[in-house]
Amino acid sequence: MRSKILIVCFLLSCAALTAKTIIVSKETAIASLKAAVKLAAAGDTIIVKKGTYSSYNTIIDKEVVVLGQGLPVLDAGYREEVVTILASNVKFDGFVVKKSRVGSMRDFAGIRLHKVQNVSVTNNRLLNNFFGIYVSDSKNIYITGNYCRGNSNKLESGNGIHLWKCEDITISKNYVTGHRDGIYFEFVKRSFIKQNLSEKNFRYGLHFMFSDDDVYIKNTFKGNGSGVAVMYSKRIKMIGNAFIENWGSSIYGLLLKDISRSIITNNRFIRNTTGIYMEGCEGIEVTKNSFNNNGWGIRVLANSLNNTFHVNNFSANSFDVTTNGSLSLNHFKNNYWDKYEGYDLDKDGTGDVPYRPVSVYSQIMEQIPQSVMLMRSFIVNLLDKVERAIPSVTPQSVKDETPRMKQWIL
Amino acid sequence: MLKIAKYTILDITRSKVLIAYTILLALICISIFMADADVTKGLVSITTVVMIIVPLVSIVYATTYYYDAYEFTELLVSQPISRKSILMGQFLGISGSILAAFLVGVCVPVALFAFSDTGITIMVTGSLLSLSFISLAFLASTLTRDKAKGIGLALMIWFYCSIIFDGLVLLFLYTFADYPLEKAMILLTSLNPIDLARILILLQLDISALMGYTGALYQQFFGNGWGVVFTIFMQLVWIAIPMAFSLKVFRKKDL
Repeated sequence: MRSKILIVCFLLSCAALTAKTIIVSKETAIASLKAAVKLAAAGDTIIVKKGTYSSYNTIIDKEVVVLGQGLPVLDAGYREEVVTILASNVKFDGFVVKKSRVGSMRDFAGIRLHKVQNVSVTNNRLLNNFFGIYVSDSKNIYITGNYCRGNSNKLESGNGIHLWKCEDITISKNYVTGHRDGIYFEFVKRSFIKQNLSEKNFRYGLHFMFSDDDVYIKNTFKGNGSGVAVMYSKRIKMIGNAFIENWGSSIYGLLLKDISRSIITNNRFIRNTTGIYMEGCEGIEVTKNSFNNNGWGIRVLANSLNNTFHVNNFSANSFDVTTNGSLSLNHFKNNYWDKYEGYDLDKDGTGDVPYRPVSVYSQIMEQIPQSVMLMRSFIVNLLDKVERAIPSVTPQSVKDETPRMKQWIL
Repeated sequence: MLKIAKYTILDITRSKVLIAYTILLALICISIFMADADVTKGLVSITTVVMIIVPLVSIVYATTYYYDAYEFTELLVSQPISRKSILMGQFLGISGSILAAFLVGVCVPVALFAFSDTGITIMVTGSLLSLSFISLAFLASTLTRDKAKGIGLALMIWFYCSIIFDGLVLLFLYTFADYPLEKAMILLTSLNPIDLARILILLQLDISALMGYTGALYQQFFGNGWGVVFTIFMQLVWIAIPMAFSLKVFRKKDL
């Protein structure tokens, strides 16, 4: 037994000894990353010194560690992709990757990963690329601390971080701006998206489809062209994210379409045209979120079933909840509504009369959008008051039986 | 004219009604701001108050004052003073005092608690609203001789502007829902001074709601500099035209 361990140790130290470090610098013979990869064997480390290197689709097809020292620049001059990683166990860290080619037939990327495992792409600055980081058909990938700024051209802009058919991916602490979609997922399972900031992208801050079992924690999506869109997925957890200032007609803080059995908790929705928009959703738990200064807090279409809205704060929204139907199978409980005018005689913190979040005026708006002009007028207040006293037009079933008197501290 | 305005102001300050109005406004504003930590919500509540109380008090007070000072007006008419300057003097006097009440009652608390774009909009539109309802009050009171009728007419005007008009607009919207009504709505809103004021404030408070659906068009029209200029101009028209009418009536009136 002992001898076996010794042998293993010996082999490991041998591997450590044989693994060499290749230094790339303008002054030495190895003047490009491409040349260094050619010389390297699996397990080697390539260190690239500070400087600007042209890199027309440098392919990393060996298990190496590639480190940039002092942010060396890899520039494709809009002629090709910049870097493609085709080997597993690669670490790619500390580069400025810029100017990938723009194409309408192919998706050219700053850093492309294809059919790899255990690769980490960290601390890079991706500037003016068509697609920033493009990962396909991979597992166990770490994308951390990258700064990704697109070419700010609406027509020639791809996604910041694009994932297709991946599993167990971790995306954390990245910043994405000026791309089409900030972070884009398609067929991505069991992944973890944490503490990213995605702002001022042309389309969605985060966009994903057919991606089940993913977790989103503490991300911020701010001022994106169309907010965040989440479609056709199951078992999603969205925790502690901030959706801020996603403004404009048919722009949503969070758009949910055909999502089921998901959890949305501790998020903040601030100054969006619509906080959450739900279409065909089932079994979503919306708890402990705060909705502030939105035009529409939550808009739930009538084809959504069995969703629960508990312990949320609604304040200063023009409309708290709107719908186009009766919403009979969705449940509102224990929320704080700033428009609630009931009383609490037994002082237990919950109001004694139920609150109906769908106002008659929002029903009128549903039929005649032009009546937005009458918002906050005396007649509208009057109609709302009458409806609250004697409900007749608004859906009977949509009510919070136990509205909170004071705002939740979330 | 200015002398008459001065006498009017002095006369008004002697009565307690306007002081009570000032205190009422100030109390409402301060208690709203004290009650809620959220300043925006406070501004929303104040807007509701400004849209109802300010026009009502302005129009009723101006009308009653006109009738109370009727004998004084008769006396003035017997002097070599043009009728225009008599009526304008009274208008200036009453507007000066009601504006002062509004400034102290609403503008000062708003400036102290919530000095922002929205706050400034409330101050400006509230002042213009007071003025246009004083002007309407003069129209109502010059049209009728009888005090009760005059006050009745004034109340009718207030009731029309604050409730009936919006009801009619809603009815109009329901009736013609199949037609594109955006432009018509812009025209319709300028037919009511309260709606004009409300929309200016709305553009500050509910921007996010206005961004959606058809609201975007209003945002586009009223939201830019010209829209604001247009709204303020229309409010000035609402001050000038009723006043011009009442001057015309007063000039030929057999007192």
